[in-house]
Amino acid sequence: MHVPDGFLDAPTSVATGVVAATGVALALRGARKELDDRTAPLAGLVATFVFAGQMINFPVAGGTSGHLLGGVLAAVLVGPWTGILCISVVLVVQSLLMADGGVTALGTNITLMGLVGVAVGWLIFVAIRSILPRRVGSVAPAAALAALISVPVAAVAFSLLFAVGGTAPVETGKVLTAMVSWHVVIGLGEAAITALVVGSVIAARPDLVYGARPLMNKPSDLEIRKAGTA
Amino acid sequence: MKRNAKLLVTLLVASFLIAGVASFYASSHPDGLEYVAEKTGFMDSAEDSPTADSPFADYGVKGVDDERISGGLAGVIGCVAVLGLAGGLFFLIGRRGSADDEAKDESDTEKV
Repeated sequence: MHVPDGFLDAPTSVATGVVAATGVALALRGARKELDDRTAPLAGLVATFVFAGQMINFPVAGGTSGHLLGGVLAAVLVGPWTGILCISVVLVVQSLLMADGGVTALGTNITLMGLVGVAVGWLIFVAIRSILPRRVGSVAPAAALAALISVPVAAVAFSLLFAVGGTAPVETGKVLTAMVSWHVVIGLGEAAITALVVGSVIAARPDLVYGARPLMNKPSDLEIRKAGTA
Repeated sequence: MKRNAKLLVTLLVASFLIAGVASFYASSHPDGLEYVAEKTGFMDSAEDSPTADSPFADYGVKGVDDERISGGLAGVIGCVAVLGLAGGLFFLIGRRGSADDEAKDESDTEKV
């Protein structure tokens, strides 16, 4: 879903640039609470893995392809703020080294895949996790469902930006309908990859998975007693 | 720590294999956005990226003719670039995060 230069006009690109810069600045602060000596190396490798994963375009119906966005995958493994930074680094390298996604469109791409993809995906993940059974096995299915929904949500966000600042005179409704319907299908691939990767890491090291932390507390082991009452 | 290393090495090797080898077999069909842009008629509004002359533009290495090697090499170079940037950034933030925690432990009364 990498937006090239030229799709959106200059004011819209400047606006999404400001949004992206603000989001990344907040993420730089927020990530301090998520990262320590133990999780920082994992986060670097999650970003690397997302870059690699995005190179694999999988075919979907009718001569179209899709690829991983990785927002929910990164957020669930290393935390939402760090997830935003992972996707942003990937997009910067793709834009500057690989000419994948425009340069004036970099703010747009960070906003769509980094901020919307990660933030909305993470909130959906947290909501689904809260209604599933409280065990570690719920993390991968919750992540998969959130990943599935996050892709069409990002497609809606693009369509809205196109409605505001698209340079070509194309009806918004047509773009929105086509974007959402194709990206629901691509979302199925996103869900499958997210389930596979999150599930594998959960199986190996559940203690390292950010999205599994609330499910790993053992209140019986960590009882807090007032001094003198024991 | 030893078990940590196992997960990290697995992720690294998987990334290199996906970007360096498997990417050759990726679908070359237009992605969702490109397809919609073509079908609804705004693909022509796309402009060439200012980085289109990058030696790694479009996931190939300029001067390497073999498509498989060119694409795989670009993928691995991209992985190394992401790992360097993200790893460095997260290392710095992680150190700061740990320092914050220690500062908090030392003086709980101090406002953040």
